[in-house]
Amino acid sequence: MSHAPEVLGDAPDVADAERLDEATGKKLVKVAGAVAALGLLLCIAAYATDAKRFAFSYLTGFMWVVTIGLGALFFVILQHITKAGWSVAARRHMEWVSAILPVAIVLAIPVILGAHDLYHHWMGPQAASDPILVKKVAWLNPGFFYARLAIYFTLWATLAWWFARTSRKQDESGDVELTHSMQRVSAPSVLLFALSLSFGAFDILMSLAPHWYSTIFGVYIFAGSVVSALAVLALITVGLQGGGWLKRVSTVEHQHDVGKLMFAFTVFWAYIGFSQFMLIWYANMPEETIWFHDRWQGSWKAVSLTLLFGHFIVPFCFLLSRHVKRHKRALVAAAIWMLAMHYVDLYWMIMPTLDTGSAHPSWIDLAGLLGPLGVLALVIACKASRGPLYPLRDPRLAETRRHVNL
Amino acid sequence: MAHTESSAGSATPAAAAAVAAAVDVATRPFALVGHFESPAQLYRACETLRDAGYEHFDAHTPFPVHGLERAMGLPASKLPWVVLCGGTAGLSLAVWLAYYSQEVWYRHNIGGKEAFAIPSLIPIFFELTILLSSFAAFFGLWAMNKQPEFFHPVMQHPSFHRASDDLFFIAVEARDPKYDPVATRALLETLGTRELAEVAP
Repeated sequence: MSHAPEVLGDAPDVADAERLDEATGKKLVKVAGAVAALGLLLCIAAYATDAKRFAFSYLTGFMWVVTIGLGALFFVILQHITKAGWSVAARRHMEWVSAILPVAIVLAIPVILGAHDLYHHWMGPQAASDPILVKKVAWLNPGFFYARLAIYFTLWATLAWWFARTSRKQDESGDVELTHSMQRVSAPSVLLFALSLSFGAFDILMSLAPHWYSTIFGVYIFAGSVVSALAVLALITVGLQGGGWLKRVSTVEHQHDVGKLMFAFTVFWAYIGFSQFMLIWYANMPEETIWFHDRWQGSWKAVSLTLLFGHFIVPFCFLLSRHVKRHKRALVAAAIWMLAMHYVDLYWMIMPTLDTGSAHPSWIDLAGLLGPLGVLALVIACKASRGPLYPLRDPRLAETRRHVNL
Repeated sequence: MAHTESSAGSATPAAAAAVAAAVDVATRPFALVGHFESPAQLYRACETLRDAGYEHFDAHTPFPVHGLERAMGLPASKLPWVVLCGGTAGLSLAVWLAYYSQEVWYRHNIGGKEAFAIPSLIPIFFELTILLSSFAAFFGLWAMNKQPEFFHPVMQHPSFHRASDDLFFIAVEARDPKYDPVATRALLETLGTRELAEVAP
């Protein structure tokens, strides 16, 4: 029988490092930096080879890291809004992940440069003679589009930066008032987050097919974001625990909870994805059905089925058992799998605009993924190596130690 | 009991032991019951009993005490398996029902879709899976707790009504192989148990 709760609760003097040791930190930054540098080189080569394809490939990789960052930001806000006690350490890790959002302002530059290729359906001259797009021109015009992008990314960067900075301030001062102020800010933040994510999804992804519309699209992107952010959190949690860190704040119980949330949001993704699909399929209106029809052509059909099975049915069955969620290697495998599936999901949403009729994967897609992925890894490595591994003076630290699942 | 008749009237030592055992069974209480004033005391008592090797004892508290099942050394609940069976049965039932009603028994052209149009049937698959999972969870829990049960021997303890108010009860059952009327009572007393009383079956 496990004595874990008592041991954790009564032994705050367990020898434990608050930070990564310098060698490990340096190694992490070096590896992540190497991936980022390799990705950047590949991106340059890909851009020189085929600028148009690169724009689409890069948008896929870029949105992959942005959605992961957004999922992490949502997690941070959610912990404050619910005054969660179990997740004190997890919140810090998600603060690291959400630090990609300020960087995303820079990462967005290639998307802006490639906008005329990406959004040629409504940015190109033929849009003026398109009866549907003429009616949408008040919203879908380049000036307003760029202005909206500026608003979204500034808002996301500000929120991510503010929550992380306030949390770091508490490491030094231990002031409980900082927790209160984060709680106060979290409620309006979650509203702003919901609206900006939904409209951001409409603008950046849905407008790739400007005739098509789906009001639930933002929620669909949100579901995928949270799954993949939790997958990254699972990797960080297991990685740090495996290295012998977090002994005072994180046990297999916390890992189990991350697994549970990942499982829940996988189901949520399927629920929303199916809700979007079924209404369109059932009504069978040409301007709505066309989007799914395009994704049922040639090899896109295989990609659609890969999503159905790989993003839902297989992980659902796999993650159903508590033993899997409490098993380190099994959870890591599931997390990597879900991250890959989130990329397939975005690929399936973005690439059919370019590859009509059939999917044509290319090394350029890999370049478009590896660049942003490397930067995300570098951001996380820098944050992990340059600060405490958990909020050192959070008022709920004692509570997080005692947390157990029934 | 089966062996009481054979032991009647005999004078051998073995038969005497059998008589003693029979008498013991007849007069043996159901359990030794007492209470604590705080969940912490109860929690510690449960850990002590568990570590002393007791298996048949129970705790009665006014509210759920987190981690008590670990302190008592209870095995993991089998309820998830019951729910899984319920959910699988629900899904199978839904697929069977939808297939036979849509494809075999009443084929109709609805909106130009196939007869057995899976997307339109997924809500049914989903709902029936949930429904039978919930039934399995709800009724499974009743069955595993042997409910409904209108009388339980521990209710005979004079203060037991306070188990739903402000006292934390422990009941060590006499069928436990470690149970000894004297030693068990002494152990519970050292743990601070109040108002110890044996209750009849």
